[in-house]
Amino acid sequence: MPKTKARAKPGPRAKVESRSITLRVNGRTIEAETPPHRTLLEALRDAGFVDVKRGCEKGDCGACAVLLDGVAVDSCLTLAWTVEGRDIVTAAGLGSHDAMHPLQRAFVERGAIQCGYCTPGLIVAAQSLLAEAPDPSEDDIRLGLSGNLCRCTGYTKVFEAIRDAAAEMRSARRRR
Amino acid sequence: MSAPFDPNRNLANVSLRHVGKPLVRTDAPGKATGRTPYAGDYVMPGMLHAKVLRSPMPSARLVRLDVSKARALEGVALVLTARDLPDRLAPTDIPGQTGQTRLKTDQQILVRERVRYHGEPLALIAAESVDVAEKAMSLIDYDLEPWPGVFDPESAMRPGAPVVQGTDNIVARHAIGKGDIDAGFAAADMVVERTYRTQFIEHAFLEPEVGLAWVDENDVVNIRVSTQVIEHFRFIADAIGVPHNKVRIMGALVGGGFGGKEDITVEIYLALLAKHTGRPVRLEFTREDSFVGHGKRHPFILTYKTGVKRNGKITALDVRLVSDAGAYVFLSPYVLLYGAIAAPGPYLIENLKVDAVSVATNNMYTSAFRGFGSAQACVAYEQQMDEVAQAIGIDRLDLRRRNYLKTGEPTATGYRVPSAVWTERCADIAWQALGEKTPAKGAIRIGRGLAAYQQSYGRLTFLHDTSEAWVGVEVDGTVIVRSGVTDIGAGQASALAQIAIEVLGVNMENVVVYNSDSAVTPLAGTTTATRALYMTGNAARVAAEAVRGRLVARAAKAFGVPVDDVVLADNKVSALDRPDKAMSFADLVRLCATEGIQRSELAMFRAPFTDRLDPATGQGQAFADFTYGAHAIEVAVDTETGEVTVLKSVACHDVGQCINPAAVEGQIEGGAAQGQGYALSEEMIYREGRLMTPSLSEYLIPTAMDVPVVKSIILESRSGVGPFGAKGIGEPALTPVAPAIANAVADAIGRRIHDLPITPEKVVRALHGID
Repeated sequence: MPKTKARAKPGPRAKVESRSITLRVNGRTIEAETPPHRTLLEALRDAGFVDVKRGCEKGDCGACAVLLDGVAVDSCLTLAWTVEGRDIVTAAGLGSHDAMHPLQRAFVERGAIQCGYCTPGLIVAAQSLLAEAPDPSEDDIRLGLSGNLCRCTGYTKVFEAIRDAAAEMRSARRRR
Repeated sequence: MSAPFDPNRNLANVSLRHVGKPLVRTDAPGKATGRTPYAGDYVMPGMLHAKVLRSPMPSARLVRLDVSKARALEGVALVLTARDLPDRLAPTDIPGQTGQTRLKTDQQILVRERVRYHGEPLALIAAESVDVAEKAMSLIDYDLEPWPGVFDPESAMRPGAPVVQGTDNIVARHAIGKGDIDAGFAAADMVVERTYRTQFIEHAFLEPEVGLAWVDENDVVNIRVSTQVIEHFRFIADAIGVPHNKVRIMGALVGGGFGGKEDITVEIYLALLAKHTGRPVRLEFTREDSFVGHGKRHPFILTYKTGVKRNGKITALDVRLVSDAGAYVFLSPYVLLYGAIAAPGPYLIENLKVDAVSVATNNMYTSAFRGFGSAQACVAYEQQMDEVAQAIGIDRLDLRRRNYLKTGEPTATGYRVPSAVWTERCADIAWQALGEKTPAKGAIRIGRGLAAYQQSYGRLTFLHDTSEAWVGVEVDGTVIVRSGVTDIGAGQASALAQIAIEVLGVNMENVVVYNSDSAVTPLAGTTTATRALYMTGNAARVAAEAVRGRLVARAAKAFGVPVDDVVLADNKVSALDRPDKAMSFADLVRLCATEGIQRSELAMFRAPFTDRLDPATGQGQAFADFTYGAHAIEVAVDTETGEVTVLKSVACHDVGQCINPAAVEGQIEGGAAQGQGYALSEEMIYREGRLMTPSLSEYLIPTAMDVPVVKSIILESRSGVGPFGAKGIGEPALTPVAPAIANAVADAIGRRIHDLPITPEKVVRALHGID
């Protein structure tokens, strides 16, 4: 359960003190003095997790999506105070240059990345989708990405990349 | 005038090993793993945060501006108003040019007295945190007195209209006159006249405008910024009153541009704040700032009058174009010129008249957007072709076939393009590839549409465009490319890598590209006008070939063979048919290094330099070359709800030569989605100049739920003026999509909606015969 101890009184003058909160991000623990209105997006970027992108700050674009206990959420719509103790993973936490996550590798190999600004959010959304639907239909993929806007790719190669990665992840599971 | 193209003319004396292959782009892994820093990801110690206070009114007089309370707020470092700035202006004319006199269209940096558009900046704030800057913004007191405004270009042209710019709001006119228009109409069996309208469009790049500026130890203003044009450093220097060599722009990989980061965005504000405070300053636009803070795609009113013979031959075309320039001039004259030149489309029209005018209003200013006037023209000329075909009872594709401009024939301006013109082939292939028609069912009707196009790549030739790139080889055999080119997501930097390794015979993992720094990378010009590959790609190729020439000469000497027998491939050097003669590429480079043979080259590529078009007739050369192709669409229209679903989307373009086919497909697929938004869902709505759609939940770009899987068919005539015969594809990918969709909808419902976007409401009204 999210821990919210203090509750801001309505009105612009309401004053609630900042407090130190602890977040678990990509397996690391970060601690920061955080006012109650600080979004998870702001908290993550301030802590250096700048692969979480700011696109609209109102939940329209999905560029700031992160995994919260494995489920994609818009970090711009999530208050940092409410996610203490939860498991937060950003796109950079899924894999690295030398050890890419199958989704990252598929996006690279399919050419599903152009400007790349929406890519971390798309990869997070796709990971959330594949956790629920390991063999997604085209409709599943479309629905799974419907909260993420991309202005460059037209999504065609993104769909291909997700299918590739899903197949790879399924066969890796079988091998295990 | 020009010889037919020779398909081998542009081919290097190397067989293509890397060019034309879908190699992994150099920028892809960093972006996939979240390692790539964008301009907004940089911070500095002691950095201030900036905000821009904007006018909520579109036409007003600023009668009072009191910033004393904001200045007094703890944590506020600086508040700037027009009164604090010397009488300098922000240049807005065509950017990146290096010697041309610019039009006298400079704009006030902050409002002095007159507000001309909703969102025009009133004050700049720099504070210790974003929160404090926002608080300071709310403490600024001002009074705006409403001022008579004008909100559509037709009203703005009328005598007595409120004047926004100049003396009569006319910011540009262009005319094209060719043949005998009266005789052409006299020879026609039928005349078809229609008016088409396009809307304001927002770029909606995912990364809002952002930058970080600081003044360094040499008193140079450094700005790390998301931009398509690092060569704005000259305009920024002029605006803040320092020499050109005292402003340095460092780009970053850009989170989308599409023309929306072609004009200056945050740079002048940042430069002023950093200069005045002596501290680093960061400014990031919110989405709403972005929507009200940069120019839009021009709405056009396009009236087409076509004279046609019963056999389908067009005898005359009279076109009137009116574009809404909004409150400031920016690139409106050039967008209009592109529209005028593109007006007849990819057709041979012997009797042609184009009258084009761009008019200032109190709407948001309009400027560059992928397609740059040519896209608006295509919306009209391709719908008009369908209207003409229907009027005379000829098949839509047949009418086009009877009129296509063919290789070697003159365009609207009388210029014979130097490359292959494969419009017909592309159109036929795209149309065929739609395959079996989806059956109609119940309230769902199915329709098909096609649009062909002609789109320039490369800038207007009277701008005398140039581009530089540097290629060097290191003693371990690795390759470095340096060029100022900005990479806005299409793989501009990666393409240079692919070109360099092609010429030098090394592999992709052995090359690094440094780009986008106005101080240390050779100036490459803008990433606009579908010019980056054409211009900078050619420069990189020339530079790499010079390096190759010296390396090969040394290898030939070492092997005792003619230079033509030296082969560079796979990081190795060898001699033809002499297996005993071989060394590694690295050994050859080391050999050259020990002997002081130059291992690098800086090359400049120059586009054709021409005079301006004849002002009376519009005749002459305007561009170096054009891309041709077509897009075919199948839609389903729900006659009950008016909803349009794009079922099939097939593009066929002659790209000359693919550098990277995956990247070319990416351009085509992305263009298809943007074109779909243009046709069906996107509109920046201004009511009396006020923006009614300030967010991505009101301005609707296509989502993963909306777009079809796009089929790209890529033809390669190898006839373009780019490297290895490449043509440009960035803008062409978008241009034919919206009219193809409009034609498909008209085909489905038997009625045409003449103004974009084709919303469900308009479809339902059209089906019920409501105007």
